[in-house]
Amino acid sequence: MARGIKDKVAILGMGCSKFGERWDSGAEELMLEAYKECLKDAGIDQNQLQAAWFSTAIDEVHVGKSGIPLSTTLRLPNIPVTHVENMCASGTEAFRGACYAVASGAADFALALGVEKLKDTGYGGLPGGRGGPLQVLWNASGTAPGNFAQLATAYMTAHGVSGEDLKKAIGHVSWKSHQNGAKNPKAHLQKAVEMETILNAPMIASPLGLFDCCGVSDGAAAAIVTTPEIAKALGKKDIVSVKALQLSVSNGSESGHNSWDGSYFHTTRIASKRAYEEAGIKSPRDEVSMFEVHDCFSVTELVTMEDLHISETGKGWKDVLDGFYDADGKIPCQIDGGLKCFGHPIGASGLRMLYEMYLQLQGKAGPRQLKDPRIGMTHNLGGAPRENISSVAIVGRYE
Amino acid sequence: MVGIVAYGAYVPRLRLNRQAVYDANKWFAAGLRGLAKGERSMANWDEDSITMAVEASRDCLTSHKAEDVRNIYFASTTHPFKDRQNAGVIGTALNVEQNLSATDIGGSLKAGTSALIAGLNASREGAPTLVAAADKRMARVASSNELNYGDGAAALLCGTENVIAKLVGHHSVSMDFVDHFRGDESDFDYGWEERWIRDEGYSKIVPPAIKAALAACKLTGTDITQFIMPSLMPAVPKQMAKMVGIGEGAVRDLLGATLGDTGAAHALVMLVDALESAKAGDKIMVVAFGQGVDILVFEVTAEKDKLPARKGLSGWMARRKEEKNYMKFLAFNEMLPIDKGMRAEFDKKTALSVLWRKRDMIYGLVGGKCKVCGTVQFPRSQVCVNPNCHAMDSQDPYAMAGLECSVMSFTADSLVYSPDPPGYYGMITFTEGGRFMADFTDSDKDQVKVGAKMRMTFRIRDNDQMRGGFKRYFWKAAPV
Repeated sequence: MARGIKDKVAILGMGCSKFGERWDSGAEELMLEAYKECLKDAGIDQNQLQAAWFSTAIDEVHVGKSGIPLSTTLRLPNIPVTHVENMCASGTEAFRGACYAVASGAADFALALGVEKLKDTGYGGLPGGRGGPLQVLWNASGTAPGNFAQLATAYMTAHGVSGEDLKKAIGHVSWKSHQNGAKNPKAHLQKAVEMETILNAPMIASPLGLFDCCGVSDGAAAAIVTTPEIAKALGKKDIVSVKALQLSVSNGSESGHNSWDGSYFHTTRIASKRAYEEAGIKSPRDEVSMFEVHDCFSVTELVTMEDLHISETGKGWKDVLDGFYDADGKIPCQIDGGLKCFGHPIGASGLRMLYEMYLQLQGKAGPRQLKDPRIGMTHNLGGAPRENISSVAIVGRYE
Repeated sequence: MVGIVAYGAYVPRLRLNRQAVYDANKWFAAGLRGLAKGERSMANWDEDSITMAVEASRDCLTSHKAEDVRNIYFASTTHPFKDRQNAGVIGTALNVEQNLSATDIGGSLKAGTSALIAGLNASREGAPTLVAAADKRMARVASSNELNYGDGAAALLCGTENVIAKLVGHHSVSMDFVDHFRGDESDFDYGWEERWIRDEGYSKIVPPAIKAALAACKLTGTDITQFIMPSLMPAVPKQMAKMVGIGEGAVRDLLGATLGDTGAAHALVMLVDALESAKAGDKIMVVAFGQGVDILVFEVTAEKDKLPARKGLSGWMARRKEEKNYMKFLAFNEMLPIDKGMRAEFDKKTALSVLWRKRDMIYGLVGGKCKVCGTVQFPRSQVCVNPNCHAMDSQDPYAMAGLECSVMSFTADSLVYSPDPPGYYGMITFTEGGRFMADFTDSDKDQVKVGAKMRMTFRIRDNDQMRGGFKRYFWKAAPV
């Protein structure tokens, strides 16, 4: 393996807009909301930025293509702006681009900003109808809930988990996130929800009910990165540095070869292993302090905790029911409320997750603050279980 | 000897309860009470005459190779395309293109028999000819046609080897007796008074034609053991038989109680029904009426008992689900301006250039088989999907529509737009290798399970109504 970028990049500042059905704002207002906080936190002048990465995934329903929308909205000093799209991993991709620019020495200060304005379509759920001219001739006419529901059926089949046990476990996943989200003023949904309500909610795509699905919302998040040396020189204390950034993309074996049983994320297993190696983490269950993972659906989170090599394969549902991932558990997961409470403005989500890690590591998470976290890990899963992009980021205290 | 060498049929799974139709409409058309008995077949929303003809053809070709077929005649009064060879779509779905002549025959309810006559004559020189007939006719709300019609298809393979029903002779007359018509500007039939059709049409046109046919075949009426003659007036076939000396016992049931009249396909559907139970030596007369009359006479041979088993009409009739929801029938037939929601608004434009490049994949469900590692895969690609192989340019085309397959995972999706929600879809795994995420059809709750055996079936995927109704076809999985 290559040497990696462990501790070569520090987060200088971050910002995150209020997430939700932002009828008051377009993508541009959301971008500025996150950016203003980020720039202030970084404590530098805009003219010091040397490169930017801009992530959106469904830009056809808001800003359109290219890096121009970011540059014009922020009036950036004519620096390179790269527009990235990699489905739900887009936000992490923007961060990766900025980090690599700094790690390579190409830029001292780089911006990553992700935004998605989804609530101008006239209907609920993610905008559909995408795909190239061949895909639309044969791809099953599915939705995200329908694709991830199949992860649940395959997981039950592979591990002999009863429908009742699984429903309880994924119900607990959502229950826990709602408990956490209730303490987060930036979350879309800020109400705790009773377990009974979760279990009896209407079915969206069996076996996933309403509370097993994250919402659709608008939001933006941003990060400015630099080197730890520059951060120190600028007088920053409690520096948060990047330990690992890894991505794994399906090559068609899950969707086209009969070796995959549908019950796990092949790519997440790979990306997380590479990330632990890059970060020098030997025993993730003991070393990682907290997670923000891609809980687009409750079952995604459950299975992901196995594929991140934290819970044993086929036993993750037991850890969930034991409270292992609760706010007061061994490794809190979705301490900010997760996609469950923030919704999923696709291009922003990865950066929103890092924002919470950044706050926690600096002791600035208010009522959600965990005791002495040292390593935080984020994860995004773009696409469907059978074909996806899995991105993993590990950040921690710079020591 | 030329004749029929194989037969097949197809009937949609849904059977619309006629009483339910009548109950909805009796406030307006109380006179239909006499027809409120039994059930009629009802195409699913994703079925049309092409998809039904493909299924009947696959059934027919259970015992024969599609690539040997040299001609396809496709008879219907409801061809989905006015200008685009409908029979050619069937050919592509069966993976035959080269050395194939494809012809649509329509314009009359005797299109099925006219196609059969043409097919038999075309196969005399040893060119196996597939004759497929299907109809999915629209009918006005609260009309007798709505109750009488059914949707279905039949297919017959004509040839000279191992003939199961030898052609004894055929005879046709053509005269512009307009008992009903469907103009270019209408989806619906318009018909004249039944008594006039019976007395001036059937009674004066059919008997002389039958007599001429019998004379040409050197037979008399009593020689006919099975008399097949579709008609919306159940007494008419018996009356015609009597007028030409054919025994009443020979007159075949019109299948009205359980299937309905399948239009241009019906004479051939009834012929398949008769062939299923026919014995060597039986003499079958097929009569179809429609601006004239076609008559064919067959003699069943000893080869009939050697024909390998297939679903046939009885098999597809046995696959049945009663439908009592008349609203669903109207919605499936676009007779109800139902609120489909914004998710139904996505543009369904088809890139015709892509469809042409990928026609074997999309219409033929042809995947690939790697020459290096033997992995079967869908779609066929330039790099083998097997993670332990990844050989380049190693795959031969591999037809997958007939392969055994089962459900690996599935869901019932209430969010996705489906004309028949919830939308069922899931990962279909082929036992031989290969898999893909497929839409399901003809599926119900509690019927689809992980591990359940499925069968791939050719269906409508989308209808591009913005561009005059371009139907997109692809394969879906249906419970076995």
